[in-house]
Amino acid sequence: MFHFEVVTQWIDRFLRTYLQGGWALFIEFVLIGVVVLTAYAVLALILIYVERKVCAFFQCRIGPNRVGPFGVFQSVADMIKILLKELIKIDRVDPRLFRLAAYLVIIASICTFGAIPFDKGLHAVDFNIGVFYLLAVSSLGVVGILLAGWASNNKYTMIGAMRSGAQLISYELSCGLALMTIVMLSGSMQLSVIVEQQSYAWNIFRGGIPAIIAFVIYLIAGHAETNRGPFDLPEAESELTAGYHTEYSGIQFGFFYLAEYLNMFIIAAIATTLFLGGWMPLHIPGWDGFNEVMDYIPPVLWFFAKSFICVFLALWVRWTMPRLRIDQLLNLEWKILMPISLLNIILMAIWVIWII
Amino acid sequence: MKVIDELLSKLPFATTGLKDKTYTVSVPKENLYEAASFLKKNDKLSFDFLMDVVGMDYGDNLGVIYYLSATQYPSYIIALKTATDDREDPQIDSISDLWESAGLYEREVHDFFGIRFVNNQDMRRLFLRQDWNGYPLRKDYDTNPELNPIPLCNEDLNDMENMPVIEMVVGEKQDNVHKLFDAEEYIVNFGPQHPATHGVLHLRVSLEGEMIKKVDPNFGYIHRGIEKMSEAYTYPQILHLTDRLDYLSGTINRHGTCLAVEKGLELDVPERAHYIRTIIDELTRVASHLLGWGCMAMDMGSITAFVYGMRDREKIMDIFEETCGGRLMANYSVIGGVMNDIHPNFQKRVKEFIPYMRKMLKEHHLLFTGNPIARDRMEGVGYLSKEQAISLGATGPTGRASGWSNDVRKIEPYAAYRHADFKEVLRSDGLTFDRYIIRLDEIEESLKIIEQLIDNIPGGAYAAKTKAIIKLPEGEFHQRVEGARGEFDVYINSKGDKSPYRIKFRSPCMTLVNTLKSIAVGTKVADLIMLGGSLDYVVPCIDR
Repeated sequence: MFHFEVVTQWIDRFLRTYLQGGWALFIEFVLIGVVVLTAYAVLALILIYVERKVCAFFQCRIGPNRVGPFGVFQSVADMIKILLKELIKIDRVDPRLFRLAAYLVIIASICTFGAIPFDKGLHAVDFNIGVFYLLAVSSLGVVGILLAGWASNNKYTMIGAMRSGAQLISYELSCGLALMTIVMLSGSMQLSVIVEQQSYAWNIFRGGIPAIIAFVIYLIAGHAETNRGPFDLPEAESELTAGYHTEYSGIQFGFFYLAEYLNMFIIAAIATTLFLGGWMPLHIPGWDGFNEVMDYIPPVLWFFAKSFICVFLALWVRWTMPRLRIDQLLNLEWKILMPISLLNIILMAIWVIWII
Repeated sequence: MKVIDELLSKLPFATTGLKDKTYTVSVPKENLYEAASFLKKNDKLSFDFLMDVVGMDYGDNLGVIYYLSATQYPSYIIALKTATDDREDPQIDSISDLWESAGLYEREVHDFFGIRFVNNQDMRRLFLRQDWNGYPLRKDYDTNPELNPIPLCNEDLNDMENMPVIEMVVGEKQDNVHKLFDAEEYIVNFGPQHPATHGVLHLRVSLEGEMIKKVDPNFGYIHRGIEKMSEAYTYPQILHLTDRLDYLSGTINRHGTCLAVEKGLELDVPERAHYIRTIIDELTRVASHLLGWGCMAMDMGSITAFVYGMRDREKIMDIFEETCGGRLMANYSVIGGVMNDIHPNFQKRVKEFIPYMRKMLKEHHLLFTGNPIARDRMEGVGYLSKEQAISLGATGPTGRASGWSNDVRKIEPYAAYRHADFKEVLRSDGLTFDRYIIRLDEIEESLKIIEQLIDNIPGGAYAAKTKAIIKLPEGEFHQRVEGARGEFDVYINSKGDKSPYRIKFRSPCMTLVNTLKSIAVGTKVADLIMLGGSLDYVVPCIDR
């Protein structure tokens, strides 16, 4: 198995041979920052392209096909366009909060992105409270959305922001409870440890029924967290024009747009890490030949393949389902998902104590 | 009809006449309310459907014609006429408390003729701005552009909210102004530019959180004055404007107008033309319902369904393009027949389309009808009772979803409908889901009609010979057809010239927006948009 560890450790050793410990660390920080930001932007471009192609596939269309072969450079062209666009000054907004909102949303998203273990050694921060950190940072985004709605001084954005607040805070609960189920199973919150534990059976197999329930709940709640698909009430194009980001233009709008796509990926990546074994190849105890063949596929590929399957699920749901109404949305969370999640935790406790 | 004769004999002040199935009843304006309320409220035969209100300028006096119909005998019509000779401050009693649709119709007459209706609680102008000078459909209207320069500022919000009213207070007339909204109400503008208003409709909505307290539609953002323009156009020219009324059922509007003119000319239209027109009408209906279905799904957030609807509609547009030349505006019917003969491929392509559409209908049901979220949202929302539908004049699929049998194709079969065997789709619940599913069911019925007619198109000429200049004899001509969203009526008053003295089109969509106003109260914002989609109005049809 080739792990990215080799590369990162070599860089670390190389820097430390020529520089003092502090400077080496500083350069590493800068490097990691640059890499994370670049990966973030590139991944967003890929996701936008994927979304447009998949959506076209569902709608019997072709999708982008003009810029480059199969339109692969379409999202690059769009990026250049959005970078060059004017930032329209809106009358009667609160300019500081207005700008801050866009930054908050994207910062929350990048911070979460940084904590995802793509491979052994390809992992910017590896806390012992990794899961907790993911939950905490990703829920900062709602502050940005609420601020955007409030600062825009517009009735549509206001309704959008209020819906968003109600929705994100509600679904955060199920999301957290589903992840806690897995934490109970692994006994650790450190993402690298959780991944290592899954080397012979992914959590979704190891954890049995409660893990499968938690996985489904996490996919639904996580999907709701991204404000997409049937849960896009805060934007609700046909009701609120564009919801909380109606007044934004240029790259400030781009921040919301990027964060939306990356959040979709982040949710898929967390689902991969906690339920589908992260970068671990598919191993079946006893089948040594099979396991060895699987090991030839690099772990990074495994990680992205699993994540993109989850992303595809999200896209599938988004382009099939109509939007929920606000009362149905809250009913779904408080009357169905939350009670099931709570029961599921007890079920998992029973599973951990008596079955494993 | 004996019953109607008996009823009319009880109105001593009225002068009556009968032509075809239309009774003309003229009453002095003092007795108007009495006559209207007698016709509505008597226990023998209640004329519960107010089809249309037509304002008239007879030259020396201004008049109003109320077209009434009884749902029990829907093919009989009463034209209740009244007039006032006061051109300075014409006032007529309002009948808005008898029929719910009357209020809006009276506002339209007020807008164009300056007639004020006593006791109508909302006498704002309907299409034009409050600061417009003059009443455009009066014959003495001054068209000088200096009187009404292009406005450089927005319409004052106060004009939209203050409703001038003439009321009878303790037996005396008083000019009052009522406020539409309280000062502390949270009002959100949906439109004029909004993704879900299906055009430039302006809904002012008073919200309580997510709940809707009041809806006030504002019309006129694409008012083109088609009725006014028509008074200067010849009949063949007018036809081109009718395609632009409700552009999604353009060929049906045009067909109706042709029928009205042909009625006046007493022209024998060849059977072949009748068949072709009917098939084209039904194809238009299928296309329109597909788009209506797709738009409603899109309003509920399912964009894929919209694309599916557009994809299937495209097949019909291709058929139109081949035969008619036009796609959206087919421009196909002309006075005496159709513009040119059908394309040699027409029958083949239509026959290919029918099984394709049946297959796709199943897919549509699979994608959207069976979807639990969609079902959950449509169930139990937006109840419209049969009585209310009749009172509001909500014709077409909306009325039929409430159980009101109002299909003009059955009531007064025109063109080749009498040769086709089809059933009028009726549902009884009057909920959003009924209005949704009835459209898909009607597509199925339309396909049946096309199937029966397509192989039996008779030979012969496709159009009757007409004179180079078409002059309609003096008189009044009225024609009803079934548009895709409801009854489309054409009323022509001719003085024997090559252009009409007055032409009026009944807009099925105007009453639908009025329906939205009634059924949306108490629902949520998301429901308002969905209800709009379920009523499927088209704004150019309202604004005319």
